[in-house]
Amino acid sequence: MLFNFANVLVFTALGAGFVGVNLLIGKLLRPNNPQERKLSTYECGEPATGSAWVNFNIRFYVVALIFIVFEVEIAFVFPVATAFRRWVESGQGGFAFIEILVFVAILMLGLVYAWAKGDLEWVKKIES
Amino acid sequence: MQAFVDSLIQQGYFTGMPTQVVYAIAMIAAAFAVLSFFVAPLAGVTSWLERRVWARMQSRVGPNRVGPQGILQWLADGIKNLLKEDLIPAAADQLLFPLAPYIVFIGFLCTFVVIPFGSNLIVADLDIGILYLLAVTSIVVVGILMAGWSSNNKWSLLGGMRSAAQIVSYEIPAGLAVLSIIFLAGTMSTQGIIKNQGWAPWDWYLFNNPFTFIAFFLYFTAALAEGNRTPFDIPEAESELVAGYVTEYSGMRFLFFFFAEWGNLYVIGAVATILFLGGWQVPAVGDGLIEGVLQFVVFFLKAYLWVFVAMWVRATLPRVRVDQLMALCWKYMVPLSFLCVIGTAAWMVVFPHGNRWASVGMFVLGVVILLLFFGRVRYQIRHSKPELYLRPYI
Repeated sequence: MLFNFANVLVFTALGAGFVGVNLLIGKLLRPNNPQERKLSTYECGEPATGSAWVNFNIRFYVVALIFIVFEVEIAFVFPVATAFRRWVESGQGGFAFIEILVFVAILMLGLVYAWAKGDLEWVKKIES
Repeated sequence: MQAFVDSLIQQGYFTGMPTQVVYAIAMIAAAFAVLSFFVAPLAGVTSWLERRVWARMQSRVGPNRVGPQGILQWLADGIKNLLKEDLIPAAADQLLFPLAPYIVFIGFLCTFVVIPFGSNLIVADLDIGILYLLAVTSIVVVGILMAGWSSNNKWSLLGGMRSAAQIVSYEIPAGLAVLSIIFLAGTMSTQGIIKNQGWAPWDWYLFNNPFTFIAFFLYFTAALAEGNRTPFDIPEAESELVAGYVTEYSGMRFLFFFFAEWGNLYVIGAVATILFLGGWQVPAVGDGLIEGVLQFVVFFLKAYLWVFVAMWVRATLPRVRVDQLMALCWKYMVPLSFLCVIGTAAWMVVFPHGNRWASVGMFVLGVVILLLFFGRVRYQIRHSKPELYLRPYI
């Protein structure tokens, strides 16, 4: 078990090392001639106006919130899904199926709620 | 891999060395071999092949100068990018900006730990294989968001935000499509899922029941969106966002984002093959070595077929709009993938040992759909009289 997960660690280290070594080799070979114009922010040739670090559209925040609800739910169903086949083989599939159905139905209710509130609409109309 | 190393130790190859050291050397050697002999050439050749395939589809020539048919173009591109000046904009975040390519690349490379190339050719058969794969792929989002925000550029910020919203949204249908297979397989290990299928197409999970058939297309569409591929490539839409989150990157750092993108295409195909298309399963031929080679070839071809389909889709379809993209995910694909999960579970309860007739029937149906499709393509090519270059290899 430890052997298997140590492999993940080795791959992580090798990935970082590969990028690092390539950038290091590049650093020795490539020219380095920074100028003020070169280092300016690209905005189609015009001088950039202000910083990009501004208050950003809240729609992305709503999407992230809905995502977290569903992703946590999927993470919970994964172990159940692994055990489901054993339940079916022992003849209690119907019972396990109804339990899963109840769990998923509650989550679908969440999706229906977000849908009815209009949070799935990308372009919202302001009601007069 | 552990069993293989253990057998080497028992045969007395590493006498006098502590077991842990042997293990560590074996792991590093395996990771290095996977990266330098498989992942790097694969991503490079895919980038060349993609350009060639588009060129063929658009009646152009494409890169054909470096090496036979231009197959070494990726090496030339790599060297060129290595020698380019590396600019970090003065306004950018000086810590996060150089860090982003590392995160993207690590998230991509770590997927290869659990991708099997044959019945014995796997780096580590984790018990949570497919869940690990989903988790590691999501790390890429962090890197993309980091790149978009730290550039301090409006194009980059918009591209990074769109990409994050898109990837997290499409994670849901992809995860649910994977879930319906785990219901059937009863295990999350990639080798375990493949061993539950057979070499014959009607033993694949794709044709197990109508719901897995839908789940396959849901997975592939969602995976294309997660890989930022056309028709879902709005994060780097050239016509509106310059280059999206990579606008400010140059040289080698720029290259690593695309290294990961092209490599990810193969990962998408490999996961589709593991889950739905029977993985490396081949008919028994007896000889161990021939069988191993055959398994590798079969797995590679099945996975690479989907890389080709992704290129084909990219050359064919126009880009969708942001609101259309989100509506497609949340209003169509998420409810449909929930239906797949529930449907697969219900199918298992009704047919605890599977339904062979349904599988064979669906296989025949699949072949008929494919034939109709190719017939239609043939009809279009004959009747539109396109000006194809008969010999495009100048």
